[in-house]
Amino acid sequence: MGLPDGVWVFETNPENMTKDDIKQVVLDIIADIAPDEDLTAVKPEVRLRDQLSLDSMDFLDIVMELRKKHGIEVPEADYVQLASLDSCANYLLPKFEAKGK
Amino acid sequence: MAGGRLMEGRQMSSKPRIVITGLGLTAPNGNSLGEFRANLLAGKARIAVIDVRHMGKHPAGVCDFDATKWQKRKEIRNGTRVGSISIFCAREALGDSGLDWDKVEKSRVGVYLGITEHGNVETENEIHNISQFGNDTKYWTHHHNPRTVANNPAGEVTMNMGITGPHYTIGAACAAGNAGLIQAAQMLQLGEVDIAFAGGVSESIHTFGIFAGFKNQGALGAHEDPTKASRPFDKNRNGIVISEGGAIYVLERLDDALARGARIIAEIAGWCINSDATDAVLPNPERQTECVQMALKRAGMKPQDIHIVSTHATATALGDIQECTALRNVFTDCPDTHINNTKSFIGHCMGAAGALELAGNLPSFDDNWVHPTINIEELDPECAMPGLVINQPLKVARVDAILNNSFGMLGINSALIVKKYGVA
Repeated sequence: MGLPDGVWVFETNPENMTKDDIKQVVLDIIADIAPDEDLTAVKPEVRLRDQLSLDSMDFLDIVMELRKKHGIEVPEADYVQLASLDSCANYLLPKFEAKGK
Repeated sequence: MAGGRLMEGRQMSSKPRIVITGLGLTAPNGNSLGEFRANLLAGKARIAVIDVRHMGKHPAGVCDFDATKWQKRKEIRNGTRVGSISIFCAREALGDSGLDWDKVEKSRVGVYLGITEHGNVETENEIHNISQFGNDTKYWTHHHNPRTVANNPAGEVTMNMGITGPHYTIGAACAAGNAGLIQAAQMLQLGEVDIAFAGGVSESIHTFGIFAGFKNQGALGAHEDPTKASRPFDKNRNGIVISEGGAIYVLERLDDALARGARIIAEIAGWCINSDATDAVLPNPERQTECVQMALKRAGMKPQDIHIVSTHATATALGDIQECTALRNVFTDCPDTHINNTKSFIGHCMGAAGALELAGNLPSFDDNWVHPTINIEELDPECAMPGLVINQPLKVARVDAILNNSFGMLGINSALIVKKYGVA
């Protein structure tokens, strides 16, 4: 049975992903949902909302794309963890590692 | 009794006069009035063949305007196809109007857009999307509701342009293009707004449901040459070619337009919307006759005053005959009345149809050419009418008034009359 449309296959084993890999995953999602934004100089420690034009619907898009493309669930209570690239990496790393096991 | 009802029609002379001062459009064969008009006079149809979900290849009218001209890519991604069509048309209309937008009081601007349907495209897309995930609704997009609320196309225009006056769509099946313009004229006459962006829009080629519905109704047009698939009044016509598109006008009260020195493209002279109250899909020529007669009455005109009748005919077997019957009832002894059709070039643009079909005829006020209806290889005798302009454009002595017919399902009829500005 093939994968559904829109589902990507990992080239990297989720178990071996680094925080930098996860930041790139998030940036790739943002590039898709906010195509007008310049992502070349995003500061990982700064809130994404403070350096990019992102609204609450965009963050819901990030949650949806993590679900659809990576099988990662982010409960509503944890949305705050997606504030910056650094916080995304810290929060998502165990989830990706758990997927690899 | 029909005559009694007609006596109830009030002439519009006691109300503010409404004029067209700008126009933006996208049609399958043109993204500006100049391009659209040139193709209508040259007899150039443009119909594509598209792959319709679940249904394979079908002819359809596809627009190729550049949405990024007026929208950021994120706006396009989060919005709808018909939202992009609406924004393109409204922005182009604004440019055409010569309005100094920075100085316009945005709370006095209204947006009134006719639609045949809305939400089918996004709903079908999401049903398909979640079907890829075992129909788990947690994969259903949170963009669904803002994309599918019925005011979506008009609302996207207000957000893009910073308009803070009223906006809504007018659901009027395939009479919607006229209905949008009529709504705007009424709101201007009431003083609800000072400037209106109004017309009709459609994204219907992106929903398989409309194709399937027409096909199972025996009303979906087909031909080995897609540009000949839409052939109203031809004996061998076999149905509708579904198209997307939009036409949005800037309307103002005449006094306001004169005060700012606007170029006046045409004046809204009269209109009527009525209902068949008979059948969901089969038109009623008696009610259509009454609709046209009421529009003439309100415009203070006789049938002889109309120089172009832009027909609604969609190339269905019965619908075309019904409209011809209605027109024969009204336009007897009218040697200067010429009849044409635009769907033979671009298919049926659904909610945009009436607004686009009027647009393509407006230049006739200046150049005195009447564009034809094309693709008639053998005229259906039941559609024969004096004044029908077939396959070749016709140069005439003068064009002072245009009647634009648009009819739709559930028996909604609309007739809109516009006249050359300055003609008594």
